[in-house]
Amino acid sequence: MPLPEGVYGLMAEFDSPTRLVQAAKAAHHAGYRRMDCYTPYPVEEAAAAIGFHRDEVSLVTLIGGLLGLAAMFGLETWIAVWAYPLNIAGRPYFSWPAFLVPAYEWTILWAGLSAAFGMLALCGLPKPYHPVFNAPNFRSGASTDKFFLCLESTDPKFDATETRGFLEAQSPVSVVEVEY
Amino acid sequence: MAESTINLESLAPPTELRRAPVVENNRGLGVLTDKLAAFAEGKIPCWWWMLFIPSAFCATVVLPLALIYKISIGVGVWGNNHPVMWGLDIVSFIWWVGVAHAGTLISALLFLTRQHWRTTIGRATEAMTVFSVMMAGLYPAIHVGRAWFDWFMFPVPTYEGMWPQFRSPLMWDVFAVSTYATISVVFWYIGMIPDLGTLRDRSTSKLGQFTYGLLAVGWRGSVRHWVRYETASLLLAGLATPLVLSVHSVISLDFSVALMPGWHTTIFPPYFVAGAIYSGFAMVLTLAIPIRKFYHLEDLITIRHIDNMAKVMLATGLIVAYGYSTEIFMSWYSASHWEYFMMWNRMFGPMGWSYWVLVSCNIALPQLMWLRRFRVNVGLMFLMSIIVNTGMWFERFVIVVTSMTRDYLPSSWGTYRATRWDYATFLGTLGLFTFLFFLFIRFLPMIPMSELRLMLPQAKVRERAEPLPEAGD
Repeated sequence: MPLPEGVYGLMAEFDSPTRLVQAAKAAHHAGYRRMDCYTPYPVEEAAAAIGFHRDEVSLVTLIGGLLGLAAMFGLETWIAVWAYPLNIAGRPYFSWPAFLVPAYEWTILWAGLSAAFGMLALCGLPKPYHPVFNAPNFRSGASTDKFFLCLESTDPKFDATETRGFLEAQSPVSVVEVEY
Repeated sequence: MAESTINLESLAPPTELRRAPVVENNRGLGVLTDKLAAFAEGKIPCWWWMLFIPSAFCATVVLPLALIYKISIGVGVWGNNHPVMWGLDIVSFIWWVGVAHAGTLISALLFLTRQHWRTTIGRATEAMTVFSVMMAGLYPAIHVGRAWFDWFMFPVPTYEGMWPQFRSPLMWDVFAVSTYATISVVFWYIGMIPDLGTLRDRSTSKLGQFTYGLLAVGWRGSVRHWVRYETASLLLAGLATPLVLSVHSVISLDFSVALMPGWHTTIFPPYFVAGAIYSGFAMVLTLAIPIRKFYHLEDLITIRHIDNMAKVMLATGLIVAYGYSTEIFMSWYSASHWEYFMMWNRMFGPMGWSYWVLVSCNIALPQLMWLRRFRVNVGLMFLMSIIVNTGMWFERFVIVVTSMTRDYLPSSWGTYRATRWDYATFLGTLGLFTFLFFLFIRFLPMIPMSELRLMLPQAKVRERAEPLPEAGD
């Protein structure tokens, strides 16, 4: 797939989370939608400011857990009743209380794997290349102590000059262009 | 800046009601990152090599030798023989799983109960969990004798359509321990991703950038990702807590479902879990105190951490003591001749010494931790952690070995003597564990940087931004 060319977006750097949240709120208020904030630790207020409230990780985990429960309980029942019935001290073939322990473990196993890998999949990770890393100040700051707001060029409201002017007004440390 | 500080001060509770800060001396975000990332950067300190080389020798020479010899000759090279079919290998298996438990509890249960002090030690204890579960898993895999048939334990459509028997606690164990190992690795790794991103961004060598970049899966700190990440961490913590409580309970069922006197009791599941936490916290201290000393982490692993862990040990130690006294009481109250004899044999039989080692290490000496002066003395606490670890190892020895030497029929009584291969295997797993742990503290983010950043006062989002610094600043 050929990489798209041109500008990915405009990236403003801030030196405190408070300023980032204010800028993100202002951008959302001004009508920008395709944007993202990058922070060195979770800043919930910033996510709320750009209009991201719900994530599906819990749902994925619930489905994974239920599938795990059903898979193990079903497997045990199928093995013990149909595939390989064994008479253990005269207990019924379908001795469900004994089957609960592995089923419980697999509920947790599948739920945990779904939470972890579901989270990564929903985030679109692994993704070793992303345009934001092209911003010269991104690598030294985004994972340490700086806060970034990136307004993306795919947003219908995006205009190289106007958007830059808007970001400059939010008292950032700097505003840079991010290439693809 | 000054104005907002004053506002915050007036809202804050009086000094004596405030919680002690997790990170002392008010470090800034950048300084904190520099300090924490330095463990995985720069020159390898001398002490690291001095401790790494002996453990690497045990891991790469002693353990493979013990395993190759045992697998090629058979279980007979160990002391396991009729009537003591479960020897040092099962003792060490339970001990290692127990050690693992504290890591999950610190990172999951204390996370759910919002005990922020756990943050600094969480990652290292999770690593301890992962490595000790690995060591534990090794033992049953080679204990079965024909290790190349280990896959029979899993529900794979095996030779001639045979399937496992799910009514056996030994089968439950396979699922409990394998789930525990998997979830621990996942929890540990997911927690590390943002910090691996930091190491990737800071790395100056091509190899470092490539390796950390690969491990960080392209983490870029997007707030959308952070929200999902936080949910996933919370869910994993919520799942790991009931899991960790189930693992040692299931292991204890291996014993209590059997009819052997000394094994067949209902107190086992809670008493095993408490014992696991007890020995686990002891192991955390054994690892944390030297690291704190060598890496000068007094600001991060504070006296409060050591004091809190000592209190957890004291509490779980008392639960364990309650378990022992229940066993003694029940052997008398059951009016069962066999139970009564079992307890007498445990205390005064040929292996009675091991019971008294256990009582002094697990019950008598830990009572010193009631004294605050003792709990805040780092050297004494290190010694205490070793004592408790030893005591907990002997507890499993007493349960597994002493019970088996004397069962119902005097004609089938016997004794047990571990061989040099038993000891070599245990030494080898100790070495491999330390080897992996030293690699971890050197090459991976040992202290969770992103979580600690959140603990700093300047990380909070305020109502109003501070006034801008002058232009050109």
